[in-house]
Amino acid sequence: MDITIIAETQGNGLHAVTNQLVGAASSLGASPTVLCGGGVGADEAAGIAGVGKVLSVTGDCFSTFDGGAWAAAFDAAAGSGVIVGAATAQGRDVVARIAARRGIPVVQDVVSMSPGLNMTHPIYSGKAMQEVTVSGDCGVTLRANTFAPAGGGGSAETATVQQSGDVKIAVQEAIAKASERLDVADADIIISGGRGMGGPENFDKLYALADEMGGAVGASRAAVDAWDGIPHTMQVGQTGKTVNPSLYIAVGISGAIQHLAGMRTSKYIVAINKDPEAPIFKVADYGIVATWEEAMPVLAAEIAKIL
Amino acid sequence: MVEIAVLLKQVPDTNAKIVVVGGRVDESAVTSWVTSPYDEYALEAALQHTEAAGGSITAITLGPARADKVLKDAAALGVTKLVRIWDDSWQDLDSKQVQSALANAVQAAGAELVYCGKQSADRNQGSTGPGVAELLGAGCVVEVSEFDAAGTTYLRPAASGSEKVTVAAPAVVTFTKTASDLRRPNVRGIMMAKRAQIDVVAGDVGSSTVNFNGHSSPAEKPPGKTYEGSGSVPEVVGLLRDEAKVL
Repeated sequence: MDITIIAETQGNGLHAVTNQLVGAASSLGASPTVLCGGGVGADEAAGIAGVGKVLSVTGDCFSTFDGGAWAAAFDAAAGSGVIVGAATAQGRDVVARIAARRGIPVVQDVVSMSPGLNMTHPIYSGKAMQEVTVSGDCGVTLRANTFAPAGGGGSAETATVQQSGDVKIAVQEAIAKASERLDVADADIIISGGRGMGGPENFDKLYALADEMGGAVGASRAAVDAWDGIPHTMQVGQTGKTVNPSLYIAVGISGAIQHLAGMRTSKYIVAINKDPEAPIFKVADYGIVATWEEAMPVLAAEIAKIL
Repeated sequence: MVEIAVLLKQVPDTNAKIVVVGGRVDESAVTSWVTSPYDEYALEAALQHTEAAGGSITAITLGPARADKVLKDAAALGVTKLVRIWDDSWQDLDSKQVQSALANAVQAAGAELVYCGKQSADRNQGSTGPGVAELLGAGCVVEVSEFDAAGTTYLRPAASGSEKVTVAAPAVVTFTKTASDLRRPNVRGIMMAKRAQIDVVAGDVGSSTVNFNGHSSPAEKPPGKTYEGSGSVPEVVGLLRDEAKVL
């Protein structure tokens, strides 16, 4: 099976998910071609074990993100077969458009894949799973942190192809993040607060611990809806972000079904809540029945001891 | 003056429990069907845009007769052109089929702008906006969280934070949750909606190469341990380090 991977980049290099895309392609017996838009990360990609070939796709369109233009350039550079990208905002956009250009279906946010192109992806934000089988070419995006990454030590050949597309989007103004804090979508450790925190000012305690642990701070929908200081970008759940970090600490979150949908696949879940009947305890690996006022200082002190 | 098509999908209420029976999600157990939440923000943006710039909105849905409700709800907010696409032989449609049916309806509506949610609350795919854009030869700005009512700029996420962008027409814009309060219908709107005409159209969506094998429930986690009181925190931190190995 011919697989072409659209490399996911971060800054001037590859995003860690790119190794996972190669790992998933290799597990299907493919020796994938990796396309690097604007040539970003091409040398790195050539060093990933199992990569058949790296193509630097260089064109004017790659200076800013325009899914339509990028899809046109990648479409022209890629052979037939299966187009694989990461299930990020940009990856989903580009792969959906390549598939539409080619008149083939796209399956997004896949969490397991086997030969014969049997794939599973969550629906209803993980309340159920959909299994599909595609015969023939298609586009696929894979959820980050669900496929084993390929290792290093590869030495694939690299070539450059000149391809661009019509840019329809113009950036008028770049706005820097309000803080340098990690986004929940990128974090391996997340500490989330809910209405039980009492007020947005108490999230300072969560920020302090997250900063110490190198994690991000999230929030429940109830907290986001109630308090202006807690933006929707922090919301974890069915109408917010779906996350799967190694460690998710839920503080003062009761665990509404739509919140659980967004975080239940986290590897380890710690819940701190004063209500022993809170639904969050049903998904927690470690539940602590206590108020956040009592538990957070102890948690911060204990974690400070071992970091 | 601007002609906007808004794509609205009917989904189970996001607070609903989803039950899988016999390898399929049991839709008969769903008691409340709603407009997919991100689509509601797209509709609100379209209403603000046409109020500021003039023009009109066509609300388009793809679904069985029960999906008339999302169109009636849009009508109650002042949308006058309502289109539902359906063929009783359809069950699971793939991305390509959905996009072609919607793109045809957008073209029939003569819209130069298409607003929709960044993804539906049921299938969560996020393919429709970009795919419809591709079929229309349009640009597409995804995951917009702020916009100006005159419809000239849109705020989208970027690696460094966010970006204010413009997009050449024709264009598709997909919305995440925005800061706008969603409006509620007034009595006059509700009365108008009762009389609103829905244009039901069929479409030839061709064949599919996707076999929808079925649904399953997510794997249940083994039950965890629960501890009483903040005095247990040191033990839990120890387990996170030694048992879970995440610290």
